Amino acid sequence: MKRLLIIVLLAVPMAWAQEGLDAEQTQRFQNLIEELRCLVCQNQSIAESNAGLATDLRAQVTEQIRAGKSDAEIKAYLQARYGDFVLYNPPLTAKTAVLWVGPFVLVLAVLVAVILRLRRKPDDTAEVAVDRAALNKMLDDA
Amino acid sequence: MSLKRLVPLAIVLALIVVFGVGLTLKPGEIPSPLIGKPAPAFELPVLGQPDQLITLEAVTQQVSLLNVWGSWCIACRVEHPLLMELAAAGTVPIYGLNWKDEPGAALRWLQRHGDPYVASGQDLAGNVAIDYGVYGAPETFLIDKAGVIRHKHIGPLTEDVLKETLLPMIRELQAAS
Repeated sequence: MKRLLIIVLLAVPMAWAQEGLDAEQTQRFQNLIEELRCLVCQNQSIAESNAGLATDLRAQVTEQIRAGKSDAEIKAYLQARYGDFVLYNPPLTAKTAVLWVGPFVLVLAVLVAVILRLRRKPDDTAEVAVDRAALNKMLDDA
Repeated sequence: MSLKRLVPLAIVLALIVVFGVGLTLKPGEIPSPLIGKPAPAFELPVLGQPDQLITLEAVTQQVSLLNVWGSWCIACRVEHPLLMELAAAGTVPIYGLNWKDEPGAALRWLQRHGDPYVASGQDLAGNVAIDYGVYGAPETFLIDKAGVIRHKHIGPLTEDVLKETLLPMIRELQAAS
């Protein structure tokens, strides 16, 4: 029973209680912090991280939501200070174009290669002359 | 040997090159969008004299370094002797941003290791650090007289960084002003 409880508790996604935010603001807060990267522990969002800076950034987000800033304004605020890297969903710019277009280019290249290969006339399946009479004779004998 | 059999070898070689280049990159160093932009204004109590305030205007009287440090920061101790040397040489004034530190501990730290700073601002809440896009101490900003951030070094300063990057930039900026 105890073990089950621990498992259940671990499975519950972390939620950071925020004072002074109503339900809708809390939802916005949750969405925002999941989209913002913790810069100290680079593979975590600031929702997941317990680093000091993540705590400070969550406080900043709370404060700005409370001050009536829009999601875009809050993201722009952090982007101006930490660069595109702070956004888990980076904007499409010349620098990040490879990130956005790369996978599609790769899939397209593979598709083209496969199609070219399939359309090429296979040369080892050329018709083989079959002596049907001989074949039938073999079957009859068996 | 047909050319086709060389394809796997070519792929492996290409991967080695890609990984080799990858090893020389420093993913921990996030380029700052603030380079070439005006340094964010601040107003902080001076460490040791909390009734006085230090502002960006004080820092931009001359070409200066703004060094983010804390008594809790182990890597800061690594670069500290260099900062002491630089301060003793009087090449460039060094200002401190004492990031999320306990003032008592910070003062004791300076007493024990020496104080290279003209003055340090106490950033207890870490809000000024966020304005500067700080994500780890130590970080060092080079700010010119117009208040523009010219360079940011992430991590402990080294002799190489000083000699090859910072000092030439400082000299150039000092000559220009």
